[in-house]
Amino acid sequence: MFNDLSRMGKYLGQAARMLVGMPDYDTYVEHMQSKHPDQPVMSYEDFFRERQDARYGGGKGRPVRCC
Amino acid sequence: MNRLVTHLAWLALALLGATALGVVALRRGEAINALWIVVAATAIYLVAYRYYSLFIATRVMQLDPLRATPAVLNNDGLDFVPTNQHVLFGHHFAAIAGAGPLVGPVLAAQMGYLPGTLWLIAGVVLAGAVQDFLVLCISTRRNARSLGDMVREEMGRIPGTIALFGCFLIMVIILAVLALIVVKALAHSPWGMFTVIATIPIAMFMGLYMRYIRPGRIGEISLIGIVLLLASIWLGGAISTDPYWSEVFTFSGVQITWMLIGYGFVAAVLPVWLILAPRDYLSTFLKIGTIVALAIGIVILNPDLKMPAVTQFIDGSGPVWKGALFPFLFITIACGAVSGFHALIASGTTPKLLANETQARYIGYGGMLMESMVAIMAMVAAAVIEPGVYFAMNSPPAIVGADAASVAAAVSNWGFAITPEALEGVARDIGETTILARAGGAPTLAVGIAQILHQVLPSAGSMAFWYHFAILFEALFILTAVDAGTRAGRFMLQDLLGSFVPALRRTDSWGANMLATAGCVMLWGYLLYQGVVDPLGGINTLWPLFGISNQMLAGIALMLCCVVLIKMKRQRYVWVTLLPAAWLLICTTVASLIKLFDPNPAVGFLALANKYAVALDAGQVLAPAKDLGQMQNVIMNAYTNAGLSVLFLVVVFSILFYALKVGRAAWIVEERTDKETPFQAIPGA
Repeated sequence: MFNDLSRMGKYLGQAARMLVGMPDYDTYVEHMQSKHPDQPVMSYEDFFRERQDARYGGGKGRPVRCC
Repeated sequence: MNRLVTHLAWLALALLGATALGVVALRRGEAINALWIVVAATAIYLVAYRYYSLFIATRVMQLDPLRATPAVLNNDGLDFVPTNQHVLFGHHFAAIAGAGPLVGPVLAAQMGYLPGTLWLIAGVVLAGAVQDFLVLCISTRRNARSLGDMVREEMGRIPGTIALFGCFLIMVIILAVLALIVVKALAHSPWGMFTVIATIPIAMFMGLYMRYIRPGRIGEISLIGIVLLLASIWLGGAISTDPYWSEVFTFSGVQITWMLIGYGFVAAVLPVWLILAPRDYLSTFLKIGTIVALAIGIVILNPDLKMPAVTQFIDGSGPVWKGALFPFLFITIACGAVSGFHALIASGTTPKLLANETQARYIGYGGMLMESMVAIMAMVAAAVIEPGVYFAMNSPPAIVGADAASVAAAVSNWGFAITPEALEGVARDIGETTILARAGGAPTLAVGIAQILHQVLPSAGSMAFWYHFAILFEALFILTAVDAGTRAGRFMLQDLLGSFVPALRRTDSWGANMLATAGCVMLWGYLLYQGVVDPLGGINTLWPLFGISNQMLAGIALMLCCVVLIKMKRQRYVWVTLLPAAWLLICTTVASLIKLFDPNPAVGFLALANKYAVALDAGQVLAPAKDLGQMQNVIMNAYTNAGLSVLFLVVVFSILFYALKVGRAAWIVEERTDKETPFQAIPGA
């Protein structure tokens, strides 16, 4: 049961972070390790900054939100 | 056999929806319960989702579960990530739901709750959700390209540039109208003003914390931020009763306008992690929380609707905004039924996260249904307050007068009995000195939300707390939109100007950035200023312009969908997008032409300019202008607005011209001519 709860918590946390456009860090690490084992993996702090800049820092059509 | 049983269950749900809608539409003379509207909408949305969106998914678009999406093909763990569909649903919904679906229905309530509710339900099922869904599908099959890129690719370079220009115009108007809502809500309200100003240091603290103290801890700092916000609402209450400090935080509309313009410029050039990102976190979590609380409140209380089903103002003589039911109701409701802006989100961000293209149905169609549900709740919140209070808050002083006695007399005269004491009582309850001339929808909605939440959690003074909570929550995401929109507008402007002066396109150049930011702020600042000083209330002029532009963008997105369907040789289903596109084009064109040429100066921009120009020549000053300078202002504004209307018409008709041209050429060709990326199967499937 505690396993279920912790999975649920992780899932909700992921959903809440995605609400503000922050993708899951574990997924990123997993992806880097399985697909690009030769490349460096960003720490969570760097990942967070990179994503925040990417979401708000501009580039075409960013940040996008509705009225 | 099993299938039959399921279909019968859905039939029963459809009948339930139809019955509830029948009660909403046909019962007259006695107050109906809000729950009827909620049940009608929910049942119809579920049935539409089950059948119509499935039809679009399987027959029209032929979505293929084996086809790899951009998220799968380009997976980088950052921009492109196959995401759980429920998590993505939340992300998409948070991106599309803003102030629009909340404010539009409140303004539309001046015609009674029925016309608006019917259009919300019909519009979302047949137009709004279809647009979001199809744009998401075609963008997913084009490597998550943006709307502008897709128009360019499928229809040509010129219509692509025109569409980009249209998007920019719409952005400017949205920023102006959203900022105007904030100004209307905060003018002469020290409590509201204090809490909104307090969000700036709170956001900066959060930003510094996330950057340096405990980097990336979104959850804990958002909680701290929300606690600080609630504390600032409490402190604001104390300030509003203090004679010295309430004076310090009392500002006129014009002062707040200049602050907002200054803020817009500064905030758009500050680093994003300092204010924009943390406040976006706050506003997103508060938004979702408030929407959930409102839904629970409505279900628990199931309040009676006090607004009549239909008021006498369907003839176009309403005080909140002028214009008859057709076409202006469809313009005013805007986002809750169909919103062109969603096409910008459904192309670009969301498709990069879609794990499987069949999920586009749930995200695109379902997400928009959810947004419409929010609009339905806003309509309920506006209809549960006394109609007398509603009209007293939303009518401009030029029509009803400026003090409680004359406003109460004027509103009672329309048949919505209210006493001056009752108006002052409501103002006292919500901790304000006045509720008069608070047009713009946000304060009205805040009163509705406050009434509902106050009854769920009754305590002394909680009305005032919830009112300012609701104002803060709206101001928060409007300010985020102003900040983010100015940045986005800056890039659009640089892109547009870059077509003529390539040096301006360089987003790393400090000078080009400053120039484009200033240009963008000046454009919306100008519209905002004229809206604030407009004696007729500003919302009167700006909201229809916003509605027209937003619906026109939806028209452009739907025309693109039509062209793509024809090019895919799915043309026998083109009616799915052709009908809503045609309806939107008719509504917006008729509305623009009326706004331009109507002989009634309260409606037509040119007639207004003409009336004031004639008077000016004769040396007269027409109320509500007070001197010859204000007369000049009125004329100038009327011409600006007329110019904007003409620009919208030009944009939409040039896109229509290209859509017809490209669509016709593609219709007679035997084979597919669309630019879909070739099929690639999901690896390992």
